[in-house]
Amino acid sequence: MSDSDNLFDKVWNQHAVGTLPSGQTQLFIGLHLIHEVTSPQAFDMLRERGLNVMYPERTIATVDHIVPTESQLRPFGDVLAEEMMSAIEKNCREFGVTLLDLQDSRQGIVHIVGPEQGLTQPGMTIACGDSHTSTHGAFGAIAFGIGTSQVAYVLATQTLAMNKPKVRRIEVNGRLASGVYAKDVILHIIRRLGVKGGIGYAYEYAGDAFDRMSMEERMTVCNMSIEGGARCGYVNPDQTTVDYIRGRPFAPQGAAFDEASRWWLSLASGPGARYDDVVRYDAADIDPTVTWGINPGQSVGIGEAIPAVASYAAEEQRGVQEALDFMELKEGQSLQGLKIDVAFIGSCTNGRISDLREAARIVQGKHVKPGVKALVVPGSQLVRKAAEEEGLHAVFQAAGFEWRGAGCSMCLAMNPDKLQGREICASSSNRNFKGRQGSPLGRTLLMSPAMVAAAAVTGSVTDVRQLS
Amino acid sequence: MQRMTSVSGRAVPLVLDDIDTDRIIPARYLRCVTFEGLGAHAFEDDRKQDPSHPFNDPRYQGAQVLLSGRNFGCGSSREHAPQSLMRWGIGAVAAESFAEIFFGNCTSLGIPAVCVDRASLESLASAVQADPTRVVTVDLEALQVRCDDLVVPCTMPEEARQSLVSGQWDFLGQLLDGAAQVRETADRLPYMRQFAAG
Repeated sequence: MSDSDNLFDKVWNQHAVGTLPSGQTQLFIGLHLIHEVTSPQAFDMLRERGLNVMYPERTIATVDHIVPTESQLRPFGDVLAEEMMSAIEKNCREFGVTLLDLQDSRQGIVHIVGPEQGLTQPGMTIACGDSHTSTHGAFGAIAFGIGTSQVAYVLATQTLAMNKPKVRRIEVNGRLASGVYAKDVILHIIRRLGVKGGIGYAYEYAGDAFDRMSMEERMTVCNMSIEGGARCGYVNPDQTTVDYIRGRPFAPQGAAFDEASRWWLSLASGPGARYDDVVRYDAADIDPTVTWGINPGQSVGIGEAIPAVASYAAEEQRGVQEALDFMELKEGQSLQGLKIDVAFIGSCTNGRISDLREAARIVQGKHVKPGVKALVVPGSQLVRKAAEEEGLHAVFQAAGFEWRGAGCSMCLAMNPDKLQGREICASSSNRNFKGRQGSPLGRTLLMSPAMVAAAAVTGSVTDVRQLS
Repeated sequence: MQRMTSVSGRAVPLVLDDIDTDRIIPARYLRCVTFEGLGAHAFEDDRKQDPSHPFNDPRYQGAQVLLSGRNFGCGSSREHAPQSLMRWGIGAVAAESFAEIFFGNCTSLGIPAVCVDRASLESLASAVQADPTRVVTVDLEALQVRCDDLVVPCTMPEEARQSLVSGQWDFLGQLLDGAAQVRETADRLPYMRQFAAG
């Protein structure tokens, strides 16, 4: 290891198996996470070629995308969803892969389960057939999403053919104001660097704002790296990371944990580390941020108006106008006071216990505005259990929220939780693409869970800092 | 495996930026255990909302080359997106830039995804709109996209280009060849040794 190596270099080099004829690196994958949507065709590829899973103990499966969050009794009402559940059960059984299914108290959204179980550790390469695999970078892992053919490659060979990306260090220094969360930080970064700014890069998030963040906050930021075009994003491991992992079921124990901690901390980028690019932001410039458009870069601070179309580069104006037309919003308009129909708290971005605590603190003693459908969907069964032990479910239910089982729910419209018609949803999820939440004409406003909670009780987009 | 040196056929112009994979194939069609039949649903919601969508236009049916804008295929990692385009008939995509996961999925399927500058894309789109029967060729050896007299340069990461033109774009065989080295690499990793000293 050279002093000029950043974490990405160090981890990449230790996992490089060799160079393929094409010139790509054959990269060893230390942890492979799979779920029911992007794996069935991959197992079929193995069957067609008579291949086995090379390291079955390095792949862990769970179910999240298609599971209903109201009644989780089998067989599911949706026969297609039931077929997918049967497929992953059969595939895991036949190929010797551990499956955390609905009967397992550890089930949940794959990117919540990995860290929660201590599977996600610094210095690993982590792949999953899901673009939000970048979440695991919060631990100082190289973690990225892959397609189904690549899922088959990892199953059969525990490796992938990869090009090494460049590394951009994104520093945020200073203190976040009250009411400003990790979600606002990443929405701000994506707004500044654009949804394609990260293409060809891994993002290293650094600076004292990140040093102070909890692991759950770091996960929220890393989760949305892909929305900025960066296939992976990471935070250097520190004592916060080590403390989070200690004692988790799949974490090393005893002397091995001490040895592991030393290795993990040695991987962090040092003061002499080199980068292909460095950008810096001031935490004090970040306000509660809300999207107004149809990609996650189209956002404003809550006090700002939607920018004028003419303020965009000429080639972008058509897309901006398309977004405004779809959302039925106008340039110069403020989002404050915009009426919402649905409030959704959950997803791999913001479905963790700290998210639910913060949202519950906002809704405590208040009630969901009549006419608004509001739901809280814990990211895992363990998050749900922890919330119930703290009484958060009672706070939400008393306020008129629905309290659901664990799953991806309304983030992505592959299960019964969907928007209807032209509904507008205040959402703690990660994508505001057209049709993303299940109605082709549905509209999504991305924001922090606290801001969703504020919108739920007022019935419209509200600055959470002004809520009495 | 077949060498993929060029794709020739009619083209369909959709020169917009940031087309995400949810738009290419809406999530409800991911409730499946095979990729069969996805071609019929490519851009389904966009097509319903816009009867003049190029994928609805009879003149572009049977097109093999898709022309698009910046950051094509952003968002979800779903391989169902390039699968649906491929099954609709697309054999190559020329765009200003690609989201990386989508690009990798295209390469795994033997679909060349080449970058072309915006002005050239607009010229190609205009030529195709004026006469949809024109043949567009994506040539990976000359690194050009051609439409009659119009010849524009294109780029592609050399590793992906090499794997396509040499017919080695199914990486599974190559990765399996390295099995012995894979085990050696794994055995050196501290976490694979359960952090045992030594």
